[in-house]
Amino acid sequence: MNKIIRFLPLILVIALGVVLYRGLSLNPQDMPSALVGKTIPEFSLSTLNDINKVVTKADLAGDIVLLNVWATWCPTCKYEHPYLLDIATDPKLKAQVKLYGLNYKDERMAAMQWLSNYKDPYQFSIFDETGTLGLDLGVFGAPETFVIDHHGIIRKRFAGAIDIRVWRREFEPLIKQLIIEKQQGI
Amino acid sequence: MLNKMLFVTLLSVAYLLVSNTVYASPVETFEFNNEVTKVRFQALSKELRCPKCQNQNLADSNSPIAEDLRRELYELLQQGKADSEIIDFMVARYGEFVLYRPRVSSVTYILWFGPILLIFIGVIVVIVILRKKPVSQAALALNTEQQEKLKQLLADSADESSNPASPSAAPLTSAIKEKE
Repeated sequence: MNKIIRFLPLILVIALGVVLYRGLSLNPQDMPSALVGKTIPEFSLSTLNDINKVVTKADLAGDIVLLNVWATWCPTCKYEHPYLLDIATDPKLKAQVKLYGLNYKDERMAAMQWLSNYKDPYQFSIFDETGTLGLDLGVFGAPETFVIDHHGIIRKRFAGAIDIRVWRREFEPLIKQLIIEKQQGI
Repeated sequence: MLNKMLFVTLLSVAYLLVSNTVYASPVETFEFNNEVTKVRFQALSKELRCPKCQNQNLADSNSPIAEDLRRELYELLQQGKADSEIIDFMVARYGEFVLYRPRVSSVTYILWFGPILLIFIGVIVVIVILRKKPVSQAALALNTEQQEKLKQLLADSADESSNPASPSAAPLTSAIKEKE
């Protein structure tokens, strides 16, 4: 008993070290969204390409949706852009998953120019100039990507750039699961 | 050179004096129609955490999202929303994370009660140490078996010193004899 007590400080220090060491590799931006498990908030905004076309929540319904928050002021969005194009043109995914953009606090002309320069991977982009939908979605930066199931329920929020590794690790398993859920009519 | 130093010193003193009285305000200005709302705005923007720059509150941060949230906070206050409603609004969007003072729930029990538990453990440890009785004289005393052994040892050494043939005792006895 006495021997254990003598080593207690050492044990405590080691335990503390383990906890702090683990903390080094945690990503503080990686927070669970408060909206996971909830439906998409109501919105009514124009699309980026057509100021007269108003889209709402209903326009995203029924499919497995990737909603990608992007802006021209966001350098990381440029980094992930080619991967979004890959996702949008992937023959297997194309039929199952719809990719929509949420152009977040941006200028319409600059954003349209961006899409014509780098190609447009999105079905359409929602133009959220003041960031109201972004606020309702709990967006605090770009890029962020939401996975929404065919019932319109947010299943995942990912803050940061998507690339092939991130896609395989973070998205692919969930997308597969959602496709199965949709096929089984869950 | 000296003048310059004096100037800098005066400037920093002036800054300290001013910065204590002026509310360290963000870039934008908000107009409040009464003092109470203003105070509530200041209090809430200090209680709410910026989701992007995670070690700053809304009042401190200049990130675009903090700016947006300040504006939203202002709007909500102007609409006459209660503090709890505003906090619920923020938590619904950004999660418990935005609260600098987390609410008591099963997830935050360790935050709220951990320190109390640690103090409690500390007190117990101190009490245990203090109550440990000092070693008594009785415990230090030799038991009968040890007494026997001691007597035996003393008797042996007495035998040796009386015997001049013993090598250890010899030099001493001869020295005494020489003196005589």
